[in-house]
Amino acid sequence: MRVALFLTCVNDTLYPDTGRAVVKLLTRLGVEVDFPMAQTCCGQAHYNTGYRHQAEPLARHFSDVFGSDAYDAIVTPSGSCGAMVRELYPRMGERARAEGRGDGLARTLAPVVPKTYELTEFLVDVLGVTDVGAYYPHKVTYHPTCHGLRSLGLGERPTRLLRAVKGLELVELPGAEECCGFGGTFAVKNSDVSAAMGTDKVRHAESTGADVLCAADNSCLMHISGTAARLRTAVRPVHIAEILASTEEEPLS
Amino acid sequence: MSGGTFVGMPAFPEAAHEAVGNTTLRANLRHATHTIRDKRARAVAELDDWAELRAAGRRVKDHTLRHLDRYLVQLEESVVRAGGTVHWAADADEANRIVTDLVKATGESEVVKVKSMATQEIGLNEALEAEGIHAYETDLAELIVQLGRDRPSHILVPAIHRNRGEIRDIFAKEMAGWGRPAPEGLTDTPAELAEAARLHLREKFLRAKVGISGANFMVAETGTLVVVESEGNGRMCLTLPETLISVVGIEKLVPTWRDLEVFLQTLPRSSTAERMNPYTSMWTGTTDSDTADGPSTFHLVLLDNGRTDTLADEVGRQALRCIRCSACLNVCPVYERAGGHAYGSVYPGPIGAILSPQLRGTQSEIDASLPYASSLCGACYEVCPVAIDIPEVLVHLRERVVQGGEATRHGTKVMLKPAKGHAAERAAMRAAGLVFARPGALRAGQRLASRTRRLHPRTLPGPGRAWSATRELPKVPAEPFRDWWQRTQGARSKGKGNDA
Ligand code: SF4
Repeated sequence: MRVALFLTCVNDTLYPDTGRAVVKLLTRLGVEVDFPMAQTCCGQAHYNTGYRHQAEPLARHFSDVFGSDAYDAIVTPSGSCGAMVRELYPRMGERARAEGRGDGLARTLAPVVPKTYELTEFLVDVLGVTDVGAYYPHKVTYHPTCHGLRSLGLGERPTRLLRAVKGLELVELPGAEECCGFGGTFAVKNSDVSAAMGTDKVRHAESTGADVLCAADNSCLMHISGTAARLRTAVRPVHIAEILASTEEEPLS
Repeated sequence: MSGGTFVGMPAFPEAAHEAVGNTTLRANLRHATHTIRDKRARAVAELDDWAELRAAGRRVKDHTLRHLDRYLVQLEESVVRAGGTVHWAADADEANRIVTDLVKATGESEVVKVKSMATQEIGLNEALEAEGIHAYETDLAELIVQLGRDRPSHILVPAIHRNRGEIRDIFAKEMAGWGRPAPEGLTDTPAELAEAARLHLREKFLRAKVGISGANFMVAETGTLVVVESEGNGRMCLTLPETLISVVGIEKLVPTWRDLEVFLQTLPRSSTAERMNPYTSMWTGTTDSDTADGPSTFHLVLLDNGRTDTLADEVGRQALRCIRCSACLNVCPVYERAGGHAYGSVYPGPIGAILSPQLRGTQSEIDASLPYASSLCGACYEVCPVAIDIPEVLVHLRERVVQGGEATRHGTKVMLKPAKGHAAERAAMRAAGLVFARPGALRAGQRLASRTRRLHPRTLPGPGRAWSATRELPKVPAEPFRDWWQRTQGARSKGKGNDA
């Protein structure tokens, strides 16, 4: 099995540890990982802010980079970027068609859509594993981010993976399904509301007594950890890939 | 002035700023929305065929909207056959004029009202007041809003932002000015508050000769109008007065009685978490015998007010499927913190964020800000009983705001210019687009950021300042992932552009 790692621009630039964790984890599970260096950004921020036409060249570029037959799957540790490809690329194609621009965009984007998986989806659905041999002796609470939860329908996959981690105690997060308040440009355009939502998320995490707040999307974690740092809380936000990559021999620092 | 006005509202972020800081308001909203959202989830879970009902509701509405012209004509014929009169109103002014003239023709100067979003949308109470006609709201929550000279904050529970203590104070202070005063020594127990309202309203019901309502549904095949409610006050207004005037948006139509079957299940469960509405009133035309209950004169005012323009928009038209259940408000984390007033319209919450900018256009500051009043979390779409993809419409309207484009206003196609104030953002998006178009440029930018990481400010300039005011910025790592990959595994890479 040969997969292309779609790391996302946020992870690549700000959270390289998550990328290293995915490589370590997938390699351990016998998957051959490649990182196509020409990848940049899926266009989600452009699309969601109302710049669909600017998102189109980025989507084309994505397809160009990842569409190769050499890959059995495209794996990303980001629910929202995964949803961008799987849910919104087809929609971009349809809109272009509705605007009388023909089938070109839809045809260009089609090959990458069914091959793109969010990490936990790939592990559970494609590799068929829930116990990835991880060790992480901490009390963890899980925040299902909105796109992972509602667009991709990740459901129980992440928590099944977490439950199988040795040493890990999973505690339920109150109001888990509520948005953390990030929402891309929402965090800037509606900063007050966004911050209020982030504060509630952090307070809920604190109330569980967990050391770690885990999620499958670094964009949301960036917002949550920025808020947590300001509130000086003890809960540490960590990406699920880093927990799953952690082993007794090589624990996550 | 009752009802208040929505024009000249500030943009959503400013309006929300105040609400976020008001802890009483936030506590009231949080308590109310969480209670009802949990109850709704239980009421919906009881039905095995919820998904099918939701799909059926969507289908019925889509079908009706596709053939709206035909069904509206059928409705008109049915209403006339049943003894009613039909009026067509293109906009708010026309609707207000029609209703005012109809009331004046009766010689009355008082009307009782059934809670109705359509009449609030057009500002009917204010228009009547200007002509010396007093309109009395009879829905309990609507009464609280009217007495408090307030604006509704929620579709279903207009006074959701008020707690019992506040309501007691409003009753004690204001009821006397509108009719029967509140009883001496009124406390804030629900039973006493309800009794005070009942006595106050009874006087109005018994005196009124003219009733004004909206409708939840109109049935084309028979000309029947339907109002569902919890308190029964609506039924009093629909049966006691001699003249009944109903102002209804043209999208409230369903073709047949059979279609009601779906909505009379999904609406109550989605809105009040009840299996059935306590009161479902249906009326068809006029009552001809003196001894029967019901109006002897019936007028239906069919309101467009931006609806056909909305219908012309392929993506946005799904907003017209809305049955005003308010489920999307109750799950919306933004509504919960910002409150209904921040949306600057009678339609708050997620549905308001997509409906108002379509009905009114995106030219005003508030309407241009509404499509951004969402984190696109998708909770609204998930609960919507007619499956309106609210996030999809939000993004579509954002596009209209920042890029302009084709839209329909007053029945003609217009090219909209982008809204003001997005120039910096547009430039940033374009710059980002250029960087992302070339992996080499992205890499150079990352390296520069890494090399200068110790110099990065803790607060951002420009629009980013709002972010760094409440959150710590992430630290830029010493080495971006792609450099690590190249350094450690580069030789393994076979993918495209690996020399970038
Ligand atoms: S948009 Fe959907 S959930 Fe919201 S009020 Fe309308 S029908 Fe209800």
